[in-house]
Amino acid sequence: MTASVAAPLLSVRDLRIVFDGRHGPLTALDGVSFDIAPGEILGVVGESGAGKSLTGTAVIGLLDPPGRIAGGEILLEGRRIDNLPAEEMRRLRGRRIGAIFQDPLTSLHPLLTVGDQLVETITTHLPVGKAEARRRALALLKEVGIPAAETRIDQYPHQFSGGMRQRVVIALALCAEPALIIADEPTTALDVSIQAQITTLLKRLCREHGTAIMLVTHDMGVIAETADRVAVMYAGRIVEIGPVEEVVRRPHHPYTAGLMASIPSVHARHARLNQIDGAMPRLNAIPPGCAFNPRCGRALPLCRDEKPGLPPSAHAAACHVPLKELAHA
Amino acid sequence: MLDQPAILASAEDKTDDVVLDVSGASCRFDVSAPALSRLFSKEPRRILRAVENVSFSVKRGTTFSIVGESGCGKSTLARMVVGLQHPTEGVLSFRDIRRADGRLGPPRVQMIFQDPYASLNPRWRVGDIVAEPIRELKLRPDKASTTERVGDLLEIVGLSRSDAARYPHAFSGGQRQRISIARALATEADFLVCDEPTSALDVSVQAQVLNLMVRLQRELGLTYLFISHNLSVVRHMSDQLAIMYLGRFVEAGPAETVFADPKHPYTRLLLDTIPDVERPNRARRPMSGEVPSPIAPPPGCSFHPRCGMAMDRCRVDPPELRPHGGVAVSCHLPGAAAA
Repeated sequence: MTASVAAPLLSVRDLRIVFDGRHGPLTALDGVSFDIAPGEILGVVGESGAGKSLTGTAVIGLLDPPGRIAGGEILLEGRRIDNLPAEEMRRLRGRRIGAIFQDPLTSLHPLLTVGDQLVETITTHLPVGKAEARRRALALLKEVGIPAAETRIDQYPHQFSGGMRQRVVIALALCAEPALIIADEPTTALDVSIQAQITTLLKRLCREHGTAIMLVTHDMGVIAETADRVAVMYAGRIVEIGPVEEVVRRPHHPYTAGLMASIPSVHARHARLNQIDGAMPRLNAIPPGCAFNPRCGRALPLCRDEKPGLPPSAHAAACHVPLKELAHA
Repeated sequence: MLDQPAILASAEDKTDDVVLDVSGASCRFDVSAPALSRLFSKEPRRILRAVENVSFSVKRGTTFSIVGESGCGKSTLARMVVGLQHPTEGVLSFRDIRRADGRLGPPRVQMIFQDPYASLNPRWRVGDIVAEPIRELKLRPDKASTTERVGDLLEIVGLSRSDAARYPHAFSGGQRQRISIARALATEADFLVCDEPTSALDVSVQAQVLNLMVRLQRELGLTYLFISHNLSVVRHMSDQLAIMYLGRFVEAGPAETVFADPKHPYTRLLLDTIPDVERPNRARRPMSGEVPSPIAPPPGCSFHPRCGMAMDRCRVDPPELRPHGGVAVSCHLPGAAAA
């Protein structure tokens, strides 16, 4: 399960993303490093503006100016992909890395039938003819659980419900049998009962095809039920990373602990929710030292001066005073 | 809003502080094609039943929550309560209450919307946004006391007096929702209808806003009608709750009872399918199927196509909302899902 054992499929090393603005460069992502093993689901969780979607965007090479990669590297199957020419990256995208975005309606072309979109994607990436591509498209639609796929294949996206559209988007992402799928908030726009269907489907496909997934979401619940490992992001950095059960049950970073405690429980009613006072700092006002120190109840003078690093252990927290000494290690 | 018959007002003392009474309320929308097109195509009229025969009452100082998936009619119901939508059938009535200033009258009702980015005028200063209801309702005699009141309101919701001079864009989502709450309280509201007030917010900010709402309820004796799709938020906030499916209540009762022992298979499935941080990587049973269209709801019990226990009777005979073990359930086999 841990990426350090098997050779990593995706390896992000010390990634730094900078936005050049009128008032000088803003560092949106700073020193982000993580690995994803083949077939693994890595959850990336954080609040709005933490940099989780930006990380995904950088991996699939869709970072728009003024954003740019200012440091570090991204390796897919041992090959560096962050400096590839646009045309080469375009061929890689879809073929080796698939993408699923939040809003299934905007990810699909409204004027093409679902079948046409699938066939186009398949023939673009794989050396097959139209008839074979259509056969594969049909099989994919069946695989993602679309009932009556034989008729549905010739329908347009507006004829599908939200959950069914997201299944079509998943089928599109799977077309060329990619090794990695970046799923950015794939269930956020869906109702809870449909959400469960989609996460179960993602999990099953991941297991059957050996596809790795980088699951970006703000919903700790979705991560807890879907991911193998989780990376918690705050103000452009990974503050904690580890196996999902460990992070959820025994968080080491005070931010992760605060985040977990602020989620209302379905099992019991408490008089008051634990809240983390204040808000995440803006990019132009990230405090020196640990970015979380102004909101942290345990901050020491050291935390205001020195940025804590992320140790290389399986369950690691970037904190000078982690909640528990890493006793299990 | 609706005129109060004298009889209802005098009965106030006996019915322990009921402030809102909804009986048999329905809201239907005519979504047919234009008459001329229908004449040619011979299509029948199409009626969307957004809310069907819903009855409940809300007690003063408590929170009544309505839970359901998109399209179940929960927002239409909220709009009916604030008077933005007229019921096609049935009656919604507010009882007179003894208000904070000692006078007897109907409660003041305000709404808090889901998207704090869309519900505040970006060209107005926060001070003006909060002062508008005070000026409109002439709640303060002059400018100085209005400004004073705006400052007080901003402090009540956890902002500072100096924030009145800033524009909404300078505030984060959570702070904007605080401004919305201050604006609602500016009318001296007693009854707040909150339509998904925290679903656009991050969890740590959501916790701040929910804590604020609980504190305000305790301090000001507010009554909330809370609309949400998030069961854990609802559990945290509610005294009473109702689960809606395709425009009808399928289960309603005290929140603790419903959560401890859900009687309707839909409630049961909702509780089973929500992601749960406390049980990581549990194998869950996803609910099959999707919510049918409210234009052509299935015959019999509207949940039967998705229900694992549906019998022949469920396909023809729509169940009524009946009391069962401390709650009201509309199911032919109430409680069987728990087994």
